Amino acid sequence: MIREVLSGLRRGSIGGRLTVLLATIAALLSLLSWGMVTSFAREAAGRTQDNVLAASATSIAEALRSEQGEIRLELPYSAFAMLGAIGEDRVFYRVATESETLTGYDDLVVPELPAAPGVVATDTLTYRGLTLRSATVTRRVLSGQTPVLVSVTVAQTRSGIDAITAGLSRTAALLSVAFFLLAVALGAFAAHSSLKPLNEIAQAVGRRGPADLRPVRRDAPRELEPLLTALNRLMERLGQSIRRSEEFIAEAAHRVRTPLATVRAQAEIALHSVEEESQKQTLRRVIRAVDESSRSAGQLLDHATVSFRADALSTQELDLAEIAGRVVMGLSPTAEMKDIELRLSAIPAPMRGDPLLLENALRNVLDNAVKYSPAESAIDVTLVEDGRNYRLSVCDEGRGFGNDTLAELTERFRRGSNVSNIIGSGLGLTIAEEALNAHGGRLELSPGKGGKGACVSLILSAP
Amino acid sequence: MRFLLVEDNRELAEAVVARLSLDGHAVDHAATLGEARDWLSVAEYDLMLLDVMLPDGDGRHFLSESRMRQNVPVIVLTARAQVSDRVDTLDLGADDYLTKPFDFTELEARCRAVLRRRGGLARNDIPLGRAVFAPAAGTLTLDGEVHPLRNREIRLLEVFARNPEQIFSKSQLLDRLFSQAADVSENAIEVYVGRLRRRLSGAGVQIETVRGMGYRMTAE
Ligand SMILES: Nc1ncnc2c1ncn2[C@@H]1O[C@H](COP(=O)(O)OP(=O)(O)OP(=O)(O)O)[C@@H](O)[C@H]1O
Ligand SMILES: [Mg+2]
Repeated sequence: MIREVLSGLRRGSIGGRLTVLLATIAALLSLLSWGMVTSFAREAAGRTQDNVLAASATSIAEALRSEQGEIRLELPYSAFAMLGAIGEDRVFYRVATESETLTGYDDLVVPELPAAPGVVATDTLTYRGLTLRSATVTRRVLSGQTPVLVSVTVAQTRSGIDAITAGLSRTAALLSVAFFLLAVALGAFAAHSSLKPLNEIAQAVGRRGPADLRPVRRDAPRELEPLLTALNRLMERLGQSIRRSEEFIAEAAHRVRTPLATVRAQAEIALHSVEEESQKQTLRRVIRAVDESSRSAGQLLDHATVSFRADALSTQELDLAEIAGRVVMGLSPTAEMKDIELRLSAIPAPMRGDPLLLENALRNVLDNAVKYSPAESAIDVTLVEDGRNYRLSVCDEGRGFGNDTLAELTERFRRGSNVSNIIGSGLGLTIAEEALNAHGGRLELSPGKGGKGACVSLILSAP
Repeated sequence: MRFLLVEDNRELAEAVVARLSLDGHAVDHAATLGEARDWLSVAEYDLMLLDVMLPDGDGRHFLSESRMRQNVPVIVLTARAQVSDRVDTLDLGADDYLTKPFDFTELEARCRAVLRRRGGLARNDIPLGRAVFAPAAGTLTLDGEVHPLRNREIRLLEVFARNPEQIFSKSQLLDRLFSQAADVSENAIEVYVGRLRRRLSGAGVQIETVRGMGYRMTAE
């Protein structure tokens, strides 16, 4: 996830940026709350210790008595008992007049006495290498006839306090981490859900077929409307320019082919009126040249269309048998010209695909069969289910493929060694293969039945 | 047969008219959709050949319109060779399409296929002696018996039947019968003439060899 976020940041992903921003805020907040909790805990614990020390010192001070002119002290048990409540800390004390120590540790000297009797002064001091917290009170006690100022200092090490503070701080830290993680998760969720409309639009556009340039109509959040408007305007312009270039190609084809058609028709008329065999030969060559160039132009155009559609395949439900029927019907007059019998046997074969591409593929294969077969032969078009595939085969009784392999014959502009003087551009099998590959299918060549003729199979996976 | 050719390119139209007339068909030519409408309102046609790009409109829209006037079969002639165009044309109700430039033998074959699908027209039948030749259906009826003919036999017989007594050389017949793209020799003509002679025996007409010149059809 982190790597995702980082790489998202590098590429400038909005979701990543939003997540990182929210996570940073969450981290700062967690750190801040941890610091606050810790310092509050430390202060609270310190204040508790101070209060206990003060109470202890006060109760000792209250136990001071003046008896027969001497200062007496019986340390109250409770004064130390309450200190024990805080922990395993060491306790030091000193009760002293200005001039001598009455009881306790001689060298436990506080730097400053409280301003007035009955007021507690707290301090932090270093004593015998230990850090101590101390509370000091003073009280005037009669010594003989003169009142002397007696100071009572109670000091305690801080380890108990520190342990409590550390414990609280640990808990606070754990809570902060939990808060941080939760905040990051919520941040990621927030980023994802606020980007959802954007993703939905992207998916809706992505699912579209190549020719679908309708405007995107979606209830987009207000912020996305300018983007949507711009997108729709772009689609419209793109649609226009595609239409214009399609119109252009159609118009160009029209302009090239119409004069070719004129030349061909007139040459053919002339062929019937001239007598001279040499003139006839010339005219036949003219007609052949026209046929060759118009075949090439047609196949090039088809190839361009097929490549374009294959690159961005958009599929629909179709029946392969129906397509086979259409193609056979379309080519039957051509076959009839050579008295070739077209026999179709097909099972219903529902699948998803681009009917235009599949029709084109089969037309090229069947066109070859008709072209490379002798007059008065037969061609079998069969569609069967073969394991998990459909196998649509076109088998003829013609010259066969010779030694040429599929890989060679599907090369662009590649024609076989068996073509003699039959017109062609060498693109038919290239087109068929591209159309099939786009559907995850393939072509297969095999010799015809009994080794005579050729079989070309279109293999497509059945659903 | 009677054709209506709707084509704005004059030279091409002339050539098509000439070629179809050569085969004994009657052809009216319209250079615009307007003219085509006029022709359709005065005459009845066996087939319409329709260019799709015309000066006064798109021939494809005219398709559905002409369908309403007269149920005449239509073969679209198109120089727009795009895959999607072909599909469009058929979807719009054309019976077939042919890409320009086209081969006349293929045009003929497609016309015949369309007419046969629509059911052949008896008024185009040609009497040959005691037999009747129906080119659209591709049959020869003799003594009440209907004999189907092969395509090349039909075309050869059509040439002779529409031009009785005219002599055709082998080379002429070859150009007339076979697509220029086909790979055939003049010997093929001898084969088909031989077959036709067998089919016609007893009909009272014959295909005669004119030495050094070719063949012609005469009454026996
Ligand atoms: N049914 C067949 N019988 C024999 N050879 C064939 C057959 N189909 C294809 N071939 C060989 O494969 C070659 C490639 O076929 P392809 O359809 O790609 O080109 P083409 O037919 O020569 O030209 P076009 O692009 O005009 O169809 C042909 O030139 C021919 O040699
Ligand atoms: Mg081919």
